[in-house]
Amino acid sequence: MALTDLVLQQLVNGLVLGSFYALVALGYTMVFGVVKLLNFAHGEVYMVGGFAGFVVLSVVSGALGSGWTAVAFSMVLAMIGVGFLGVVIQRIAYQPMLSAPRLSILITALAVSLVLQNSILGATGGRYVPFGADLGFGGINLGNLFISHNQIILVGTAGVLMLSLELFISRTQYGRAMRAVSIDKDMCRLMGIDVNRVIAVTFFLGSGLAAAAGTMAGAYYGSLWYFMGFLIGLKAFTAAVIGGIGSIPGAMLGGLILGLLESFGTMIPGVGSAWKDVFSFSILILVLVFKPTGLLGKSEQERM
Amino acid sequence: MIERSPVHSPLGRLQGVWDNPAYRWPLIFGLLALMVVAPHVLGPYATVILTNALLYVVLALGLNVVVGYAGLLDLGYAAFFAVGAYTIGIVHHVYGLDFWLTLPIAVLAAAGAGIIIGSPTLRLRSDYLAIVTLGFGEIVRFSARNLSITGGASGISGIERPWIFGWEMRSSMDFYYVFCVLAVLAVIASLRLADSRLGRAWLYVRHDEDAAEAMGIDRVKVKLAAYVIGAIYGSIAGAFFAVNLGAISPESFSFQQSVLILMAVILGGMGKVPGVILGAFIVILAPELLRDVGELRLLVFAAGLLLIMLFRPKGIWPSQGR
Repeated sequence: MALTDLVLQQLVNGLVLGSFYALVALGYTMVFGVVKLLNFAHGEVYMVGGFAGFVVLSVVSGALGSGWTAVAFSMVLAMIGVGFLGVVIQRIAYQPMLSAPRLSILITALAVSLVLQNSILGATGGRYVPFGADLGFGGINLGNLFISHNQIILVGTAGVLMLSLELFISRTQYGRAMRAVSIDKDMCRLMGIDVNRVIAVTFFLGSGLAAAAGTMAGAYYGSLWYFMGFLIGLKAFTAAVIGGIGSIPGAMLGGLILGLLESFGTMIPGVGSAWKDVFSFSILILVLVFKPTGLLGKSEQERM
Repeated sequence: MIERSPVHSPLGRLQGVWDNPAYRWPLIFGLLALMVVAPHVLGPYATVILTNALLYVVLALGLNVVVGYAGLLDLGYAAFFAVGAYTIGIVHHVYGLDFWLTLPIAVLAAAGAGIIIGSPTLRLRSDYLAIVTLGFGEIVRFSARNLSITGGASGISGIERPWIFGWEMRSSMDFYYVFCVLAVLAVIASLRLADSRLGRAWLYVRHDEDAAEAMGIDRVKVKLAAYVIGAIYGSIAGAFFAVNLGAISPESFSFQQSVLILMAVILGGMGKVPGVILGAFIVILAPELLRDVGELRLLVFAAGLLLIMLFRPKGIWPSQGR
């Protein structure tokens, strides 16, 4: 295979990976924008989303089969269910802590993520769970380049979800309220905006998008694991930081950049797939040290 | 939330006994005597568990300097534990340098790692710092797994036991007493640190960073000191952990390990030495007592952590008046 083909193939892989990162990164960035809080449990929400999709799929596979229709149906139900889980997490673990020291809220967030992770560990016994979707292996050949139908559908779905989010935030009343709350919470209260409701909607949307990514990842890679949210949570956070945390286009851009960096990183001699994760964490640390506002983020003069 | 006076609960009374200077020294000598006779009374299995608990006392006290004293959330503390253990594994086992000469190298390596990772990141927001430490912990573990000098995924085994004054530390009983000494030293160091000039600077920075800086405290320097001191505790614990087990592998230094140490610090009560010791014993002894829980011990701890943060945010044995 010629080098250009290899590059193009990695480009496709990077886009697929980047779509997952972008969907999860959106949740980090939305929550951060609205409540200035890093939702540590977000990676685990993605993982629970995958398992929720799996449960729905195994219920409906009798009626709908296990192709893309069934997966799409499971994805939508998982998004709704896990969206409410996000709201519950916010109400139980974050809402009471908003006025507490920052260290306390970080610890409750960590505790929530451990509760989610270990509940699934208990339910699955720590084993990989086959997702059970049957998506076929068809695809398009462009010269030496092969793009599977699944990759196209996946990137397309992620694109549609992100576009709808963008429209929701720019066109609807809730979207306007979200933007307003992210600028000045107290002023919003004075203007009669139900801030708690807006925060709940934010958690709902962020968690829903993570669940969509979780279900699609389950369908695409074929199996689920209780620990799968840990790495992707870290990497999606990296993506959010690269794009500029708090910025929604930034999260999408950051996700794609990280996906591409990672898939091209494996081509660098000496990096390889064994060092892939070290590579992404090093990017995270470098970005945080040299450009903590990211590519599209606003500079923030805030001391914690 | 109404705060109940701690004196009326049983634990509050226990704390009262501890805080009363008339009882303190007899209590300390009683505890030390208990530590000396415990392995003879309880048998070999309990000795191994107690050794493990004492290891966690050292680790938790080290992390307590970072989290409890300086108020920084470190989610990758196991990295320093790993640096200590692997320095022993490589320099002492592979290159054959004496254990006692390797120990200072391990301490220097961990302090160096603390400075390298801490100095650029301690200026960041505290939640960014938490994520960076998490990433650093994972980088260390992945590197240990991928490098050939660290023995890859299977790690390093057959690490020689150290000699001191012509005596070889060999049996589990020997190591129990070694860890007793380490834990006692760690306790003394922690108590002295809390009362030192640096300890007061941490207290100030933890409560109000801007005011502290206005009073002439260099917050980055003070935080870095906490980070490096925590790293030193971790590396010493790691060094003795390596010679005790004789074998180390990357999975001993996973994220779960960091979390378990953090739980010991928070469950017992951040910042107060007896609380942290209690936390370390809870983390190690609870799974022994709750055999049925088994795999789910982290779930139980995590739920406990959440409840404690919501209802008793200062821990089971909180520090008073600080």
